[in-house]
Amino acid sequence: MTDIEHEIEQPDERVPKRVIGTPAPGTSMLGDGEPAARDAEVAGVTYQDETKARKAEKIVALCFTITFLAAIAFIISYVVFQVGSPEKTAISNLALGGSLTLALLGLAVGIVVWVRQIMPKYSLIQERHPMVSDDDTREVVAETFLQGAKESGFVKRPLLRRTLLLAAAPLGLIPLVLLRDLDNSKMPGAKFNETLRHTVWGEKTKDGKPLRLVVEGTGQPIRAADFNSPGGILSVVPEGYQHDLNALAKATLILIKFRADEIKSGTNLNWTHDGIVAYSKICTHVGCPAALYEQTTHHILCPCHQSTFDAADGAKVIFGPAARPLPQLPITVDDQGYLIAKGDFAVPPGPSYWERGDAEAEARAKGGHA
Amino acid sequence: MSSDLTTVPKGIAGPSNFLDERIGGANFLKRNLRKIFPDHWSFLLGEIALYAFILLLLTGTFLTLWFKPSMGEIAYDGSYAPLKGVMMSEAYASSLEISFDVRGGLLVRQMHHWAALLFVSGMLVHMLRVFFTGAYRKPRELNWLIGVLLFTLALVEGLTGYSLPDDLLSGAGLRITEGVAISLPLVGTYITFFLFGGEYPGEDIISRFYSLHILLIPGLILALVSAHLVLMWVQKHTQMPGKGRTNKNVVGAPFYPAFMAKAGAYTLFTFAVVAGLATFTQINPIWLFGPYTPADISAGSQPDWYMGFLEGSLRLMPSWEINLFGTSHAGTLPLSVIIPALVPLGLVMTGLALYPFLERWITGDHSEHHVADRPRNNPHRTSIGMAAIVFYGVLWLLGANDELSANFQISLNWTTYIGRVLVFLGPALAYIITYRVCLGLQRSDAAVVSHGVESGVIKRLPHGEFIEIHTPAADDIEAHVRGKQAVPMLPVEADGAGIPPKGMRGPLGKLRARMSRAYGGEKIALDEGHGHGHEDEHAAIGSGEDRSLTH
Repeated sequence: MTDIEHEIEQPDERVPKRVIGTPAPGTSMLGDGEPAARDAEVAGVTYQDETKARKAEKIVALCFTITFLAAIAFIISYVVFQVGSPEKTAISNLALGGSLTLALLGLAVGIVVWVRQIMPKYSLIQERHPMVSDDDTREVVAETFLQGAKESGFVKRPLLRRTLLLAAAPLGLIPLVLLRDLDNSKMPGAKFNETLRHTVWGEKTKDGKPLRLVVEGTGQPIRAADFNSPGGILSVVPEGYQHDLNALAKATLILIKFRADEIKSGTNLNWTHDGIVAYSKICTHVGCPAALYEQTTHHILCPCHQSTFDAADGAKVIFGPAARPLPQLPITVDDQGYLIAKGDFAVPPGPSYWERGDAEAEARAKGGHA
Repeated sequence: MSSDLTTVPKGIAGPSNFLDERIGGANFLKRNLRKIFPDHWSFLLGEIALYAFILLLLTGTFLTLWFKPSMGEIAYDGSYAPLKGVMMSEAYASSLEISFDVRGGLLVRQMHHWAALLFVSGMLVHMLRVFFTGAYRKPRELNWLIGVLLFTLALVEGLTGYSLPDDLLSGAGLRITEGVAISLPLVGTYITFFLFGGEYPGEDIISRFYSLHILLIPGLILALVSAHLVLMWVQKHTQMPGKGRTNKNVVGAPFYPAFMAKAGAYTLFTFAVVAGLATFTQINPIWLFGPYTPADISAGSQPDWYMGFLEGSLRLMPSWEINLFGTSHAGTLPLSVIIPALVPLGLVMTGLALYPFLERWITGDHSEHHVADRPRNNPHRTSIGMAAIVFYGVLWLLGANDELSANFQISLNWTTYIGRVLVFLGPALAYIITYRVCLGLQRSDAAVVSHGVESGVIKRLPHGEFIEIHTPAADDIEAHVRGKQAVPMLPVEADGAGIPPKGMRGPLGKLRARMSRAYGGEKIALDEGHGHGHEDEHAAIGSGEDRSLTH
């Protein structure tokens, strides 16, 4: 095996930038040159030049020493730099991460130089054998299989075979049956979709009053008279459920104040109070909070998949993948002037599901507005 | 300098003897210590995924020592001042604790996240390499299937891990998962209630995802990775075409010591890159997002990169929804969720899994392949791969259309409209362009083989014309190019009486024959020559043994 041939095996190592088709370095343009003197004791193993190897050894040693020092630096950093505040954590992270990176890198580079500059170049050849076994072996296996099958009596005794299958069937079902109580609500399965139809806005407080709308975060009830600048918007949750995530996942509202002349026919005016409209904040696409509002265009935008709703016109869809408007919540004020829910949504809020059906038609049939 | 070893030192010989007497390890080592591994940069891509996986196991174990997979509400009492007293889940609080109250915790958490991104990236590019070089062909179809399964599992593993810290961003991902699950026809609500233990979000999902994320899925991945490596070891790695390399041999470096050392160094490089990223590049600063609540979201929420194509396809979809029966209690099909969530993923994964078998059906190729194809030499396969990449890429890009819109001042709606066209047009264009490029590259290979390469020597001909003398390509290059084999084809030609061969007669058979004729066969023969230029005037340089192309 000549040196030139060896080039073939390691083109990326030895000849980094050779243009395809051009001769390898050292190749004569006038046909094949003389094969270079062979340095290897075994064919396909070419030892490195000893002076080069000695130089490389020093580089490797340097790399390994860097790793040693960096690892020590890591341990020292661990003791010296404490965490707590973001600033202190940032410094600790830099010191620990920097020294760890350097330690790993030193070892990695050292070993690479070792392999490439000190270990021999290899171009060893091994034979492949077809994966398939030879015919004799296959025959023996087939015979053994048949012999075993015969000895077991599995084929000859159908009663045994059939009862074994019988036994296996329910046993296999057990793991599935055990999963039934994954649903912790312990409801019958048919009730699942019923619960999706209702939100806590249909509930009453302990003293039997309708739920107030309260500001998300502060929990303050909203006096209609105070929420009076057109274009204003609030994120609203039901009173008493500010920390109930299950309730919030369906009942969170976006509350918008309009001038009377801005509201279009898609919005149910009976469900508004003095130009204040409440829509479900839960996007009808896959349930992200439709949290962005553009005052000038009255567009509500969901940041997840950019479904866009026209808030002035019943939150109907004007762009994006959502197929249905954000349901409107009927609201009014109580005797103290605070905004309250008149009742639950007429249709289920949030993403669509199989049993939802045409809830809008049902709501209309009941004499309501969808 | 110390002298070399002449006998195995006692410290090694003793234990080796102990083991050999009990398990006969020497037989195995005799066969395998000098196992040959062929060399090519592209063979290292899968190793990135492997080493990233090892790092994920190490860093993940560290994280479990502090993480509390509980959705129980507590008031935060850690050292991150802005969230003091805020109600949050124990999962989020413990993620904050790892970040701010455990020395090295933030580093390891960021390493874990970066390693996860690198893990999926490594798998993807490795899979592309295997696809484009045809390394999935017999006998490696099973390993290819294991790989497709691993890739799917990695996506699920990423999804479950992303949801664990329970910050506002991770919750947004969870909400989308719920929205997709509940949209499934017939079983959607049941799946959702079983998964979340009741209504969304419930109090169970984090602990359930936790056991999936740290036990079940990594266990499966570990088992499949082991099977993947054992099969690779048994079947031996493919090699690129080149001098002395045939379908019956493998040329390269031995496992011990060279490949072993290289693999060790490569592991350390992967670790170092991840550690460097975790040190200098912030990822998922959960403390900025706050605890999860279904009532809030931050604009510009983005999933990890490997989920981006699903996000993009959800954004791209028009608002289609069907009510099958017109009744009010069943039959809703939210196509605007089901189609984008299931179809692209299904297409890509099913296509990947079936490709080796479809190709074999079309080419009728039942032989073993151990020499990898250069992508240009199977132009239809390469074009199909490029079309798939563009399809995936458009969806992926559209997953960030809000960022595109904000950074490039394009209307958000227009990014979607353009995306809807590009998702169909892009792959078609990619197919055509790639096909032409492949044929062009084959032609240039043919020119190198039959015409030689420019020597740099300019010669003036008697009538005044200047030409450049060509010289034969270097042996290794020529061997590499000549490694090309025609794509196999079924015997599709009709016999003398115009009757097509058996199995090609029905409609399916005719389709198969047509596809085979298009897919298989030699498009550009290597020795066809260049067909232009100075027929007899490429005088040889130097000696008469010149075999440059005087055809």
